[in-house]
Amino acid sequence: MEDIVIIGNGISGVTAARHIRKICNQFPNIPNKTITIISSETDYFFSRTALMYVYMGHMTFEQTQPYEKWFWEKNNIGLKKGRVTHIETDRKTLILDDGSEMPFDKLIIATGSKPNRFGWPGQDLKGVMGLYHKQDLDNLESYAPNNRVCKRAVVVGGGLIGIELAEMLNSRHIPVTFLVREDSFWNAVLPDGESAMINRHIRNHHIDLRLGSNLKEIKADENGKVRSVIIAETGEEIACDVVGLTAGVSPNIDFIRSSAIETNRGVKVNRFLETNIQDIYAIGDCAEQHEAIGNRKPVEAVWYTGRMMGETVAQTICGNRMAYDPGHWFNSAKFFDIEYQTYGWVFAKPGTHEKHFHWKHSDDTKCITVSYNSLTREFLGINTFGIRMRHEVFNRWLNEKRDVDYVMTHLSEANFDSEFFARYELEILSAFNNQLQSV
Amino acid sequence: MSLTTPDAQTLTFLQKVALLSGIAGLFIMLLAAFNIHFPNRALFLALSLGLIALGTIVFARQMYLKKSEGIKNDGVWFKSISSRGLIGWLTGVVITGFYIVLYFYPQYLGLATANGANTGLISLFDPLSIILNGKPASQWFVYGTLYTLAILIFGYKFMLKYRHNRYQQLRTVSVMFFQLGFAFLIPEFMARLNESPDYNLPYYDLKSIWPLNYYLFDSWSIKGFLSSGSLGLSLLIFGILSIFVISPILTYKYGKRWYCSWVCGCGALAETVGDPFRHLSSKKLSAWKIERWLIHTVLVFSVIMTTAIIYTYLGNDPNQYWLTRQTFLFSVGGFLTVLFVVVMLFKRHEFGKDAWYGAIGYFTVIAALFILYYSGTTDHVFLIKSSTLRTAYGLYIGSIFSGVIGTGFYPILGNRVWCRFGCPMAAILGFQQRLFSKFRISTNGGQCISCGNCSTYCEMGIDVRAYAQKGENIVRSSCVGCGICAAVCPRGVLKLENGSLKGRVTSNERLPGNAVDLMTLIHEK
Ligand SMILES: Cc1cc2nc3c(=O)[nH]c(=O)nc-3n(C[C@H](O)[C@H](O)[C@H](O)COP(=O)(O)OP(=O)(O)OC[C@H]3O[C@@H](n4cnc5c(N)ncnc54)[C@H](O)[C@@H]3O)c2cc1C
Ligand code: SF4
Ligand code: SF4
Repeated sequence: MEDIVIIGNGISGVTAARHIRKICNQFPNIPNKTITIISSETDYFFSRTALMYVYMGHMTFEQTQPYEKWFWEKNNIGLKKGRVTHIETDRKTLILDDGSEMPFDKLIIATGSKPNRFGWPGQDLKGVMGLYHKQDLDNLESYAPNNRVCKRAVVVGGGLIGIELAEMLNSRHIPVTFLVREDSFWNAVLPDGESAMINRHIRNHHIDLRLGSNLKEIKADENGKVRSVIIAETGEEIACDVVGLTAGVSPNIDFIRSSAIETNRGVKVNRFLETNIQDIYAIGDCAEQHEAIGNRKPVEAVWYTGRMMGETVAQTICGNRMAYDPGHWFNSAKFFDIEYQTYGWVFAKPGTHEKHFHWKHSDDTKCITVSYNSLTREFLGINTFGIRMRHEVFNRWLNEKRDVDYVMTHLSEANFDSEFFARYELEILSAFNNQLQSV
Repeated sequence: MSLTTPDAQTLTFLQKVALLSGIAGLFIMLLAAFNIHFPNRALFLALSLGLIALGTIVFARQMYLKKSEGIKNDGVWFKSISSRGLIGWLTGVVITGFYIVLYFYPQYLGLATANGANTGLISLFDPLSIILNGKPASQWFVYGTLYTLAILIFGYKFMLKYRHNRYQQLRTVSVMFFQLGFAFLIPEFMARLNESPDYNLPYYDLKSIWPLNYYLFDSWSIKGFLSSGSLGLSLLIFGILSIFVISPILTYKYGKRWYCSWVCGCGALAETVGDPFRHLSSKKLSAWKIERWLIHTVLVFSVIMTTAIIYTYLGNDPNQYWLTRQTFLFSVGGFLTVLFVVVMLFKRHEFGKDAWYGAIGYFTVIAALFILYYSGTTDHVFLIKSSTLRTAYGLYIGSIFSGVIGTGFYPILGNRVWCRFGCPMAAILGFQQRLFSKFRISTNGGQCISCGNCSTYCEMGIDVRAYAQKGENIVRSSCVGCGICAAVCPRGVLKLENGSLKGRVTSNERLPGNAVDLMTLIHEK
């Protein structure tokens, strides 16, 4: 019997636990294991990505939990509520906040992220919050239940979580001022045409979008609650009841820094997701690769990579030492009503020999950007807005190193929109051909 | 308290007017129900229906056209009506009450007693009934009119809600068309034909297929068809072809959605009037277990009941039918046996654990046939009168289950209670869908973020997310193909498709992204 302990019941930790159990069930020759997941956040795994839908009234919190209670018992996965305050690597023991200890044979660190706070004056006032944990949602619910209690909210930070928070507040008719440091929304990731389209879409939802605006400070009222924010560039003061800080996330590993485990921004791991200490692994948002994989960042804070790391580490723990190999990059998001998917790499600013083809529909809610090598014409990636595409098809084309002309003429194979939806492949293809002629 | 809850949607001025208009329309009906006599009933009926329709249409336009196109589920769990709040429960009680009166106490609606004239609410509908079929209204005419009106106006609302989604719009137009034409107008015109002595057609909604239409093979119905010349005969043949030929072919090609979400009247009401309640269906595993037992029990019951009914009247008038009781019983038994054997031989694998359900159902019916054969007398089957069996089915399944519970409980159990737990037609189509259909819901590789919108809004209580997050296609007998899971998914993960049978059921622990097949790898070691 081997005791596997996992810190963190997010997608990474839970995927690891599920797969370890699954492999053990399937292959009786593997030594049996106890599995325990510790988390200080909630009793059961829930989908962090669905937090917004709870506040917007689309779902109840229970509905964000992918597994019913019986699932954990049936699969013999122990759940423990508690916060780990220290890891004693020599004794292979965890210290919990209630003073208790928990020994382990193998440890998986999957503690996720926490919202960034850049030392803004007033960042700890009442009514100032990030959006990451369940507690942030509860906080938001009490400070911004409706537009009488919260007359205006200011969201600071123009990334994926910021725009979700703006949409959430907007759904309760709370006026939102959205401060974005860049001069166009998320333009460190999105090419200009796409970013500009999203700017317009945000404004169409009556969000007061302020581009190129930084937060200077947050001012308090007499009760220590937020009263207003000051914008750095203009000195303008905006009265508000809630401030959302959504300027990115960083690994949630402060309690580990006091241990012998090597850390930098995150917990340092090799391609096998092993830390410098034997039998201790780190996965998900909190793991940092020694060397970035391909064009990826060393710390990847997305759902899918957490899941894949969980799948991979389960193999290693069950005796099949396996390197993390995430394959082709993909991701998706939704900006108010516009869905976004990406496959392969499309950079905001094309690099050398990288060329972009951009098409936008006249209704200003659909567009695609295709990236390819201008010398070899190899297809490199696609961003698509308002049109769903098939993951499996793009994965295959990227594997086969198809050229851009093939991709453009076969685009309809990749369409994943619902039946009877209007199709745009012909329009896109003719725009593509015209562009070629005009060059 | 009210300070800390999310705002109830504030109504615009026009919405308030619209609400008033709808209430005024209902008020006219209420007055009629309390026997207030209207001087010009045609005018007041038109006024009442018109005000209700106008109110709903204006209200819906205000609600959706002012917002951008997209998913409109904001505040669903905060509104009392759609979150099992006080208004939700009250609505449930009112609808349930209406059904009880309709089915069991139509006299309170003003149904004429022998030779008298209608009074009350039913009399308000006399003018329309006389225009359409030449006779005064019955409680069923009132019900049919209100049912059709509800589907039309709430169908319009639904189309506005999903104005960015062509699939939703088209299927809604389709159910509106079938309800208005097939369920409402055509039967009325058939009743007109019956004024001639050559015709004696039974009430027949062409799109309502046996066993949903459980009275199709009743003695009076068959006699009616057979005494209505070639038209009657063709209608009867159409009824038989519908279940044995047309529906298997269409279900093979498109899945059961062709019926449940594009044609059926029960489905039409569920998808339009019932749309605000779809998230209330239970997704628990336990609910799924209850569902499978209940729906298949109803199916078995309906098959046995219909067989017993036909068996009885074949015996009562042996000279009138070329079919004898013995031949009939043997053909039913033979048909079911061939079906069972073919499924077990060729589809055993797809059937999996559910084979038990099939086997139990099959043997129950066969046992019943045996008992019929050896114990049936002219009017007694299973030692009770066959008409008692038929009455029991009509009462418990036809009225209480499908009407009172099926619709009355929309605001409590969700909008497809009947379709999910009771409808024998859904059971048959579901069986075909699981085993012989090109239909599936494809999942999009590794894109699922397990958010659960799909499961929440699946009216059939399918835990769609459980499949999507594993990258498995959804091939479930209960899926009615409403397409809402695909619509609400924020990551574009789901697509309803008809494709080849090969690779329809995928079981894919490895999602695209990870470059190796994890399960086979460890297997090789
Ligand atoms: C609002 C929002 C929307 C998002 N949307 C998307 C999206 O659309 N697509 C996408 O790809 N990604 C999205 N993400 C990112 C995604 O949710 C994360 O990448 C993912 O949840 C990380 O999973 P994880 O298992 O690594 O960590 P987490 O989910 O953060 O889980 C870690 C758990 O460990 C617990 N924990 C931490 N320290 C301790 C301790 N010392 N003791 C005990 N327990 C501890 C934490 O409380 C937490 O419960 C979103 C994130 C947010 C906040
Ligand atoms: S699985 Fe999807 S299409 Fe099928 S019934 Fe449920 S919501 Fe409708
Ligand atoms: S399929 Fe879509 S709606 Fe369902 S859980 Fe996955 S991402 Fe959410």
